[in-house]
Amino acid sequence: MSRDGLAPRVVEFCEELRAEGLKVGTSELLDAFSALDAVPWTEPTDFREALAATVAKSQEDRRIFELVFDRYFFRAAEAEALEREVREERRYEGADRLDLDQLREAIRQAIADGSDGEMRDAARLAIAAFGRQGEGSGVVGVDVQRIRRTLGLQASGRDGAEREGPALDREQIQAFERHLRRELERALIERTEKMPPSRPLAELDRALPTSPTQDLAAVHRAVTQLKRRLATLGHEQRGRRRGAAVDMRRTMRASLETGGVPLRLRYRPKHPRRPEIYVLCDVSTSVTSASVFFLSVLHALHDSFRKLRSFVFIERISEVTDVFERERDFRAISQRISREGGVADVSGYTDYGRVWLEFLEEIADDLDPRSTVIVLGDARTNGREPHAEVFARIAERAGRTFWLNPEPRLYWNYGDSVMAAYERHCTKAFECWTTQHLENFVNVVAGGAAAVE
Amino acid sequence: MTPEPPLDSVADVKLALAEVGYLADERAALVAYLAQQLGKPVLVEGPAGVGKTELAKAVSRATGRALIRLQCYEGLDEAKALYEWNYRKQLLRINAQQHQGPDASPPPPAGEPGKGGRATPWDEIFSEEFLLTRPLLEAIASEQPVVLLIDEIDKTDQEFEAMLLEVLSDFQISIPELGVIEARTHPIVLLTSNNSRELTEALKRRCLYLWLDYPEVEREMEIVRLHAPELDESLARRLVEVIHMVRQLDLKKPPSIAESIDWARALLLLGADQIDRPLFEPTMSIIVKHRTDIDLVAERIGVQLGTPPELEAAG
Repeated sequence: MSRDGLAPRVVEFCEELRAEGLKVGTSELLDAFSALDAVPWTEPTDFREALAATVAKSQEDRRIFELVFDRYFFRAAEAEALEREVREERRYEGADRLDLDQLREAIRQAIADGSDGEMRDAARLAIAAFGRQGEGSGVVGVDVQRIRRTLGLQASGRDGAEREGPALDREQIQAFERHLRRELERALIERTEKMPPSRPLAELDRALPTSPTQDLAAVHRAVTQLKRRLATLGHEQRGRRRGAAVDMRRTMRASLETGGVPLRLRYRPKHPRRPEIYVLCDVSTSVTSASVFFLSVLHALHDSFRKLRSFVFIERISEVTDVFERERDFRAISQRISREGGVADVSGYTDYGRVWLEFLEEIADDLDPRSTVIVLGDARTNGREPHAEVFARIAERAGRTFWLNPEPRLYWNYGDSVMAAYERHCTKAFECWTTQHLENFVNVVAGGAAAVE
Repeated sequence: MTPEPPLDSVADVKLALAEVGYLADERAALVAYLAQQLGKPVLVEGPAGVGKTELAKAVSRATGRALIRLQCYEGLDEAKALYEWNYRKQLLRINAQQHQGPDASPPPPAGEPGKGGRATPWDEIFSEEFLLTRPLLEAIASEQPVVLLIDEIDKTDQEFEAMLLEVLSDFQISIPELGVIEARTHPIVLLTSNNSRELTEALKRRCLYLWLDYPEVEREMEIVRLHAPELDESLARRLVEVIHMVRQLDLKKPPSIAESIDWARALLLLGADQIDRPLFEPTMSIIVKHRTDIDLVAERIGVQLGTPPELEAAG
């Protein structure tokens, strides 16, 4: 590729980045070009880094950049190869005769060593050896998973102890999967001699890292930013009722002492005791991956809204407002909730129906049209009675009811999810598994217009 | 320090940084190189203690430029960052002139001639003579090329960021009474941020972006050995491995690179030859600084290290 050939490619690449939501302006593009002028752009790392430094302006951007970069330039190279009819000759003809166990060991070794080139070779070997049985499904993702299963690759971690062979680093395995995917795509392109249509990044690829041991910091950062936004919104509303209102009735009462002359004014209490937001958070196993996210959302809400009572539930419900008010540290909170939340002692299956009953019993008197109920959960009842009518009563008494579901809308009402039964009674139900969704929701709660999705 | 020849390639930059004691990875070296070539400011983000500020210092040492540092904090304003009029001196001048009488005013030593051909007191007292330069103006007005470090930009408010835009994109500062002061030389600008809030798009747009993360084992080992050269290699490796294990835990404040270096030096002082539990527990306060963190680390790592030394649990 000559330099002239490169310029349109870079522009095209930036277009793709824009399509994925990066804010790549003309000035970034110009910067990218002057940066590419300054580095030897034939060096792959320099090229990539120079582009990244000028175009991706946050860590999140950078993650998307990497994904798009791989996708775009891989496709570009393949398209070029198709055009010039470059083909790779079959290399691993003897693969069928290879001893499977031996191969498994070799691949394991390559993954453990972690060298890029070796992993690529290993991926090809694996495809040649395992992919051939049944000729591949034609769907890359399915093939990758099948090969991975056949190889028995297991990441080290929770239950890594009883696996045969040494456990492998999770990231290394992911790297290997990327190679597999790429080689399979390459083979597919060669076979069909045309480019598959370009797919946008799956929303899930860029969703929040939610597994607890993973990047808690990322969730935190997102929530901190959210907090800031919420904080400014709160002030505005607090400011309006700063002056104390005179309580006429009590003032008149008091004036009787002084012969009907109201000498002493009585005021209404400044801060009504009654909390206005009730949050119910599902912490059962079906939402394990989302519950860290949810708890941090709760945490953020607690910091921002004074009048907030929060509950966690699995089979039964348990109030955790205290925990949030006493502890400032998020990690301590999640530990305490799992320890003394009072929900750990049950089966671990959510019972929404029972939760509504208990909630209503406990809270009924406090619910009024000014209160907002927010439910964080997946509405998966494990086949138990959903008691939608009880939920309806709750929704009726409360002013507003919102439901945040950690599953994509697509999965609602599949399996044991009874989302539709509850959604009817909600003011609005949201899917919520990225900070974007969360912000959207916050805008609605804070009274603003919902951002365009 | 004599100014060194300009650095012409990424490898040169990396080498030059290494010479002044900063082991940059590919990314950091490339961005440092681009910053110099393109004359664009660099926004460096990353967790605390990965050497963001140190990078700026190293760039200053490597290029032989003076370092001008602006430490940001909440409530930082123009008067402390850009310039301020030295009003005491201005008052004195006005006083002095009134005593001498308006006719007898001698031509001011450094004042600009007024627009009417003769300097009026008002023109005089708003001349550079009465200007107190603050870091940003100092960097812009410096005769020698400098490195400007704007540290922890995320601590300031958005208004301050907006004010920075003029400096960062055009390298100039407008002072209403004086006009525009343009940079005489092109400073290398580094901004650091701990990512405690999202910076504005406008600011990001004007910067190159660099995310610094904790280094991998190999590089961190090099760094530790660079700063504590007497430390035995296998001990250094063990130390870095332990540090990495600690970082894996969910801590309030994971140990930074500076803290691994401190710990290495402490081990040297103690004459330790391996890291086991009896050594780890009393010295771990060097790397973890929170009560709850200490408990967690003692529980998780201390156990893994094991009391009987000899062979490590996880090598």
